[in-house]
Amino acid sequence: MGLGLETFPTLAAAGEALAANAAARYLGGGTLVVRSANEGDVGFETYVTASERALTDIVVADGRATIGAGVTMARIAREPALGFLAPAARAVGGPAIRNMATVGGNLFAPVPYGDFAVALLALDASLDIDGEPVAVSAFLAGRDTTHAGALVRSVSFTLPAEGSFLFAKASRVRPKGASVVTIAAVVEERAGTISSARIAYGCMADRPIRAPAVERALAGKARTAEGIAAALAVATEGTAPPTDAIASAWYRGEVLPVHLKRLLLPA
Amino acid sequence: MKKVPVQFTLNGEEKAEFVESGVTLLKALREKIGDTSVKAGCQQGTCGSCAVIVDGELRLSCLTLAERCGGAAIETTGGLAHGEVLHPLQRAFNEGFATQCGFCTPGMIMAAKALLDHNPQPSREDVVEAISGNICRCTGYEPIIQAILAAARANSLSAA
Amino acid sequence: MELRKEYFADERKDDLKEIGQPRLRADALGHVTGTTTFFADRNLPGLLHLKMVRSPHHHARIRSIDLSEAGRHPGVVRILTADDVPHNVYTILTLIQVGPEDETVLATDKVRWKGEAIVAILADSERAAHEAAQKVKVDYEVLPAVLSIDEALAPGAPVVNEYHGQNFYRYDSGECRKVRFGDVEAGFAGADHILEQTYGSGPIEHAPTETTGCIVMPEGSGRFTCYTNTQAMFFTLDNTSIILQMDGAKLHMVGGTVGGGFGGKVDVTVEPIAILGAKLTGRPVSFIYSREEEMQISSPRAAEKLVIKDGVMKDGRIVARYVKAYIDAGAYSRHSPYGAQKSAAHFPGPYTVENVWVDSYCVYTNRTPSSAMRGFGVTIGDFALEVQMDKLARLVGMDPLEFRFVNAYRDGDMKAHRQPTEGAALIECMQEASRAAQWPVAEKYLQMSSARREG
Ligand SMILES: Cc1cc2nc3c(=O)[nH]c(=O)nc-3n(C[C@H](O)[C@H](O)[C@H](O)COP(=O)(O)OP(=O)(O)OC[C@H]3O[C@@H](n4cnc5c(N)ncnc54)[C@H](O)[C@@H]3O)c2cc1C
Ligand code: FES
Ligand code: FES
Repeated sequence: MGLGLETFPTLAAAGEALAANAAARYLGGGTLVVRSANEGDVGFETYVTASERALTDIVVADGRATIGAGVTMARIAREPALGFLAPAARAVGGPAIRNMATVGGNLFAPVPYGDFAVALLALDASLDIDGEPVAVSAFLAGRDTTHAGALVRSVSFTLPAEGSFLFAKASRVRPKGASVVTIAAVVEERAGTISSARIAYGCMADRPIRAPAVERALAGKARTAEGIAAALAVATEGTAPPTDAIASAWYRGEVLPVHLKRLLLPA
Repeated sequence: MKKVPVQFTLNGEEKAEFVESGVTLLKALREKIGDTSVKAGCQQGTCGSCAVIVDGELRLSCLTLAERCGGAAIETTGGLAHGEVLHPLQRAFNEGFATQCGFCTPGMIMAAKALLDHNPQPSREDVVEAISGNICRCTGYEPIIQAILAAARANSLSAA
Repeated sequence: MELRKEYFADERKDDLKEIGQPRLRADALGHVTGTTTFFADRNLPGLLHLKMVRSPHHHARIRSIDLSEAGRHPGVVRILTADDVPHNVYTILTLIQVGPEDETVLATDKVRWKGEAIVAILADSERAAHEAAQKVKVDYEVLPAVLSIDEALAPGAPVVNEYHGQNFYRYDSGECRKVRFGDVEAGFAGADHILEQTYGSGPIEHAPTETTGCIVMPEGSGRFTCYTNTQAMFFTLDNTSIILQMDGAKLHMVGGTVGGGFGGKVDVTVEPIAILGAKLTGRPVSFIYSREEEMQISSPRAAEKLVIKDGVMKDGRIVARYVKAYIDAGAYSRHSPYGAQKSAAHFPGPYTVENVWVDSYCVYTNRTPSSAMRGFGVTIGDFALEVQMDKLARLVGMDPLEFRFVNAYRDGDMKAHRQPTEGAALIECMQEASRAAQWPVAEKYLQMSSARREG
């Protein structure tokens, strides 16, 4: 059987088509789905996609940003109102991949991919699934169980305070290369101490995860070498990094605190 | 499999074809339209040898479905020269030893063109970034970087 | 580019016309216009796609193969098995009287590496071939595997390849290729220092941008045109002719345009089976490695292990060099017995050492068969040797470049292989390197010559 494409005017209609056909797969930008078909994945024979407007909208208003799941990394990287996110969007693939790779697809990307999802996790983003808000953390944890088959319309988050969003991706090839570790953080300071910190890792488990021990250890501390020492000491707590062609689990565990330190200490 | 009509321009020429719904742009271009300047080095997005420009943006034709390109303007290296007259990038690649086996070259030239179309005077860093999704196993990249910078200089001279 | 004509000026006429002149590549115009025709750049009506079903195990006995369901899959035209291959032996070096007949084209009763070819599906579309491949049922008895040189040579290790009976190639000279020159033990006894180090390398994939492949067109009168990106046209022609028991005149091989090879396209792995497919179906056949196959299946540079022991004097002279080299052939010989032989021939490197002992082994493991790649059997040895040279220089407190001047071979020196050195230019290259890299050496080294020893 050959492959077919079905395009629906709404995400809901696409959802129905997917529910009715076990051999259908939702198509975002296609950098992962089409790739797997090319590589001989015969587990599906129909691509399903939707042309709904909300999928490609970016709305920034009243301190909140909403990004359609079909928005590409390249568009985010050149969106003036989302300047702080450009480093995360530019961390995905090379230029051609960024012109195709969508936000929605990134939420499903297996390690060593999913760099943008790491940023969304640190931003504590909320997803629109069937009109219902779902926290990105809950969604990532349940993407192949409780949320399996869910279609994401958009992601939204409160814009972080100026300078509070931090992002770093370590790769073996530069400028483009799959991640050894990716770290995103939203670190807010008040009167010289950290008032709140959200830290997210990529490639430190089979999907992006938060680092609650680090977050706790940072609270109330100064962003100095001494201040973050306790956080660095627990950097790998709760992680289960994979071993793949890019790096071994051991290596990832060794370099994580180094990159975390560089990220947290002001230049 | 269901066939669907697609219509787009390829290097300025109108093309209308019936293709299998779900077929990649790479296969449609190579097997249907006969533009074999577009190369298949991996079909997994990693090598860039299939890169083409769709509506001004660099894309990997191996991961793009042809049906989704209806109405688009597609550019490939196969249509870059005007008769015998080479595009400045082609001239610079030729003269600067930026091609050895030649397999990466058409995709590399597309990546370079997408850059120069948006940024006619790129820095070396811009060039490295622009070709970061294209693999060349022969040249070691330096002649390619130099050729793209040379083409940008040639463009600015001819514009002056 | 800069030519330094003062070196060896008296040995040649200064009439170079091409060397030093920039010349455009003859094929570059086609490359930059996208008009160069690579083998895959042709659309043949009725083309069949060949998909190889491969072993998922490093080492296993094949109990049975069930093709009934795959054969009925829509779009499948034929499935090739070992029984279809007229002479089911792949031995590339048989052409230069080396090759042991230790490898099959399609597996029969055993697989010895993860990725070994078992059956070939010919279908109307790639998709149909992929689908049918899922329906091929192979019943395996998984066997213990050896995945490194050390495991392979350990006592009691499982035998990788019964053809050899043990996990190394037996040369006419015994269990390894040997070089014996002078008396290394006496050399070590008289040395001021001894340094023994072990070096290792993993397999290296060539990763050409164009993957290995061919397209075959059956012509009239039983002849076949095979468009291929082989780097080794005549190896391919001859091996195909032997495997298919087909007169070479029936095989029209068309090649010459290779999208990167680096030695990775000298194995004859796609052409015989694709031509066989075209013969048995009467239709054109394309067999093109996926990127994954190129990375995992095409033969890499061999992994190596090298033990180097040197005796060195305080003044920097190396007086004894002992080398044990192990070349990981993977599961089958291909070019590796020759590679291990080249390795033996390469030591002690471009240095004059009076006492030399070399043992070079071709070892079998359950890994992807290795083969040719840019200076195979030599390059890794050079890496090890030159790291060793730096360590020796440090040991005796000498500058590493000056240390190499002391030991460099020169015209007239007897090499370990009993061949007098001729046409050496190492001294002069190092003199120029010293200037170009601004790495100064003492004047006496700049006065040296490859042509004669001083004093
Ligand atoms: C060469 C290469 C390099 C890459 N480098 C990187 C990198 O550096 N960093 C990185 O993070 N990723 C990388 N990727 C992976 C991938 O390109 C990105 O993760 C991308 O964001 C995936 O988005 P997509 O739209 O292409 O996904 P698709 O391929 O369209 O879809 C991926 C999965 O998500 C599902 N999906 C897509 N959209 C939705 C939706 N709205 N709702 C529900 N399900 C959906 C699909 O059904 C599919 O299962 C790379 C990929 C390639 C081929
Ligand atoms: S063939 Fe498309 S990126 Fe390699
Ligand atoms: S010229 Fe051969 S891959 Fe670039």
